[in-house]
Amino acid sequence: MSKYSMHLLVCGGTGCKSQESDIISERLKKELSKQGLEETVQVIMTGCFGFCEKGPIVKVMPDNTFYTQVKPEDAEVIVEEHVVKGRRVERLLYTDPETEAHVEDSKHMGFYRKQLRIALRNCGVIDPEIIDEYIARDGYQALGEVLANQSPEETIELMKASGLRGRGGAGFPAGLKWDFARKNEADQKYVVCNADEGDPGAFMDRSILEGDPHSVLEAMAIVGRCIGADMGYIYIRAEYPLAIERLKIAINQAREYGLLGKDILGSGFKFDIDLKYGAGAFVCGEETALIHSMEGERGEPSLKPPFPAESGYMGKPTNVNNVETLANVPVIILKGADWFSSIGTESSKGTKVFALAGKINNVGLIEVPMGTTLREVIFEIGGGIKDGKKFKAVQTGGPSGGCLTEKHLDTPIDYENLVANGSMMGSGGMIVMDEDDCMVSIAKFYLDFTVEESCGKCAPCRIGNKRLLELLERMCEGKGEESDLVRLRNLGEVIKDTSLCGLGQSSPNPVLSTMDNFHEEYLSHVVDKKCSSGVCTDLLEYFIVEENCIGCTACARACPVGCISGERKEPHLINPDTCIKCGACMEKCKFDAVILK
Amino acid sequence: MSLVKLTIDGHSVEVPAGTSIYKAAKQLDIDIPILCYMDLKDLNIENKPGGCRICSVEVEDRRNLAPSCSTDVADGMVVRTNSMRVINARRTVMELIISDHPKDCLSCAKSGNCDLQDMAIKLGIREIPGQEYAEMSTYRLDTSPSIIRDLDKCIMCRRCETMCNDFQTVGALNAVNRGFEAVVAPAFEMNLEHSPCTYCGQCVAVCPTGALTEVDHTGKVIAALNDPSKTVVVQTAPAVRAALGEEFGMEPGTRVTGQMVTALKQLGFDYVFDTDFAADLTIMEEGTELLGRLKRHLEGDKDVQLPILTSCCPGWVNFFEYNYPDLKDVPSTARSPQQMFGAIAKTYFADKIEVDRKDLVVISIMPCLAKKYECQRDEFAVDGNPDVDYSISTRELAHLIKQANLDLNKLEEDEFDAPMGESSGAAVIFGATGGVIEAATRTAYELQTGKTLEKVDFKQLRGMDGIRSATVDFDGLDINIGIAHGLGNARKLLDDVRAGKSQYHAIEVMACPGGCIGGGGQPLHHGDSSILQARTKAIYKEDEMKVIRKSHENPYILKLYDEFLGEPLSEKAHELLHTHYFDKRKKIFQV
Repeated sequence: MSKYSMHLLVCGGTGCKSQESDIISERLKKELSKQGLEETVQVIMTGCFGFCEKGPIVKVMPDNTFYTQVKPEDAEVIVEEHVVKGRRVERLLYTDPETEAHVEDSKHMGFYRKQLRIALRNCGVIDPEIIDEYIARDGYQALGEVLANQSPEETIELMKASGLRGRGGAGFPAGLKWDFARKNEADQKYVVCNADEGDPGAFMDRSILEGDPHSVLEAMAIVGRCIGADMGYIYIRAEYPLAIERLKIAINQAREYGLLGKDILGSGFKFDIDLKYGAGAFVCGEETALIHSMEGERGEPSLKPPFPAESGYMGKPTNVNNVETLANVPVIILKGADWFSSIGTESSKGTKVFALAGKINNVGLIEVPMGTTLREVIFEIGGGIKDGKKFKAVQTGGPSGGCLTEKHLDTPIDYENLVANGSMMGSGGMIVMDEDDCMVSIAKFYLDFTVEESCGKCAPCRIGNKRLLELLERMCEGKGEESDLVRLRNLGEVIKDTSLCGLGQSSPNPVLSTMDNFHEEYLSHVVDKKCSSGVCTDLLEYFIVEENCIGCTACARACPVGCISGERKEPHLINPDTCIKCGACMEKCKFDAVILK
Repeated sequence: MSLVKLTIDGHSVEVPAGTSIYKAAKQLDIDIPILCYMDLKDLNIENKPGGCRICSVEVEDRRNLAPSCSTDVADGMVVRTNSMRVINARRTVMELIISDHPKDCLSCAKSGNCDLQDMAIKLGIREIPGQEYAEMSTYRLDTSPSIIRDLDKCIMCRRCETMCNDFQTVGALNAVNRGFEAVVAPAFEMNLEHSPCTYCGQCVAVCPTGALTEVDHTGKVIAALNDPSKTVVVQTAPAVRAALGEEFGMEPGTRVTGQMVTALKQLGFDYVFDTDFAADLTIMEEGTELLGRLKRHLEGDKDVQLPILTSCCPGWVNFFEYNYPDLKDVPSTARSPQQMFGAIAKTYFADKIEVDRKDLVVISIMPCLAKKYECQRDEFAVDGNPDVDYSISTRELAHLIKQANLDLNKLEEDEFDAPMGESSGAAVIFGATGGVIEAATRTAYELQTGKTLEKVDFKQLRGMDGIRSATVDFDGLDINIGIAHGLGNARKLLDDVRAGKSQYHAIEVMACPGGCIGGGGQPLHHGDSSILQARTKAIYKEDEMKVIRKSHENPYILKLYDEFLGEPLSEKAHELLHTHYFDKRKKIFQV
């Protein structure tokens, strides 16, 4: 890297790539060679910067200039103006929504200011397809340290002391998990990386694998050494083609460098990694289901015990960790347990990556220390609610999590606090809702997902979630009754209490938490048959706003059932008893006088 | 093994570590309701997917309820099986299961014999909240020659899968689709007819609901009996008499041979015969075949196929036709007793009573569902007229008897008709695992050595172990015998044969656990494998009571050869009593 005086980092994450960031990169290179600068300025395709809302991103180093929403045709001006003349391209800079000023240095962007990037440390920094760039950022040094200077027991103790907990959802201490797998003696053991990311709107793991695949490979080798395994598998969904491609490149490069394979770094330690593809079933994120799927069996969970640490893949002791958990490991080894455990809260150490989505200004991927409040995440990093609307709720933990509200905004985020408030950490999906969202519909949306994704093995999840969904559908259609609320709660609680795996044990959470926090909204759906957010069309009525109506009679003429009355040039009136809600009046009205409410 | 002490509903109990809460509760006579769980102890088959969640119990300091069938006890554990939390959960889950189950109990094959129905009664289920708008998961009906799959009634207990995959290694059934649409089906959702299914019926035998049932032919039997132009002959398999009584409330293992004969006569069958007669005939043919192969082997013939495999069990025949088509010359060519009976009935016997075969209807009562398929095989028909017209199961016979207002308990005993009702003790033990080979040994020994057996009981061939082997001294010649029941066990012996490693001269295989007494058409054992033991005992008891205990001493068999067949393996015998096998894969997939 040293021979270059300037680097143009182009985001090569799936989001930006789908908006032609690879063409941007090509055109930048072409412009540079036109200017004869290809020897001094380097274009690098990196992993995700996280700021997907404003992608594609091009970052100029060393001066940290952060260009947003770049188009291929902007390549010319970036090279001509910024690279050649040293003048920033103002129109491509990020505009602070509050001050409306251009932000030149990304460090000063609200989006990045409160972030602490450990798992994402290399995403948006290095070219994930070049192992040397990872090595230059201390890559594989942790593996070397572990092999040369630590016994497996020492490494496990270090992990335990660091307080790192599983980032896949359940938050089980990673060091403890390794310890179990280590203590179960067997002729063969396995390390499995769970990359079956399935929450709607979540892409933490994908971004890490696309942006920094070696960090996961290195961590897997470290786990292998700790538990006594010589083979690792990454279970990744086939819908992640870019991540798969980069992993394949990374694995090959690591093998070439002797960082995977036999006799790693001359230590005698042998470890290799292969990929296993999943078909994208949400339940395969559950570790026993994942293992069955790897074995070619039906992807459904089985009872624990036995835990994978005793009997996992092919009946052998297996350690399963999530991508983000693993990405933390090399840094912890190098910087120490004390450093890591100094970040975060009492029970939850380090950072957590969240995928921000929904009605929020800065949709994207963020990493914050545990203990950061929801308010900081949503209003500072996330830039607040879209279109100046009012915040209503935030769903954490994906379809297994719950809805949190205004009153929870100042709660520091950690595993225990989220659970105490009726939600959960989950893998890190965070979907923000505003005043226009109907909470009954939101619960229905999540249930629709879990009904689709239930494996069908146990009765409460297979049938119970379907019945929950039916109840919610009826409420949204105006067919609900007040007694349904009692049934909804009882069903939800029994499903949680009796389901076999984490999916069913948490699938009613969106319903139960919205019932807790938005009881009035449920009541108005079943008693008044009203949806105050205007989402449930069956509960809405067409209505003519007197002030806007000029009495042109267009609506009355369009109405197929003749339910609109009124004199010419006088405000008209819709009879709700005979209206069939076809919407013809609204379509015809040129004066926005017909509304739904 | 270390003991674990725990409390269940306030009572202390001490059980070995590794015991489930469910079993520990049993020791205290606390009967936790179960639905999907099944424990066939003697067969080492335990189905515990933890799927129905009906057996959930409360464990102190545990976040959620625990499935007691599959949660092991721990020291100091405090369990509640009857807290209101448990009762509410159990009831709610039961309501959910019923909400997705058809309510056509009146015409369901399992009505009165249905675990789900029993549970609904036990839990006092009266209404299903929201049933009027609850969507039901539906699936197409699949009717095969033997088994009907009505998956609308499937509760995903997975017992059938356990039997089909773990015990039988057939692999015809597995869960497909997911969530609300999940069902158990053959690969690619083909029908059973286009799957590796052997029609052994073990799935039917363990299905707790009406999702898997036999094809019912009682209506056809009634029609035949009601048709004055038909002469109706019935044959009853050995295992039927050892189990039929259970359908009439008798203790398992009660022999009802004589009462069954009376019932059949009162039902109006013109001739009540015994499949045992044909079992003796089978021994004559198969035994001679064995001795022939043995002779060639001893003379140094390298091409002779040994071991010889028995071929009485149609499930087993289907299994090797599908899985071992390369070995189709290894089994005996002898037809099963059912088919030998049919072939003789529609020739020798039809001639005797001067009835055209088209006017003679042969019904078989079998403990088996594969027999329904077997009698429909093309090779067992003459000009489209099958040797055996209909095969009905023990359960179907019980229904027929009950329809005729007959109570087996109150019937006098009667004798089978002649000539095809006479049989030896060797024939009756066909019903239990090891019986066919023991019967063959009795005859082959005497034919080979020319000596009379002092002791006809070969106890070393009996038992419930899945694979057994014994060496019988044929007057200085050691004959190695292998026995397997359950197709998974058979597969192990067959793999050795295929690899050329088998040490046996003869192998007996029965597809079902315990042999025919545990057949797919027998009264349901509801997971109680001690019932199979009791039936086995009844079979050997009947053998002991017989005067003639060797097939080749059955006078009617000798007469049959004398008058009609000539000698075993004669041309006529080949035509009527032997068969050939197919590569079933080619047949199923039309390749």
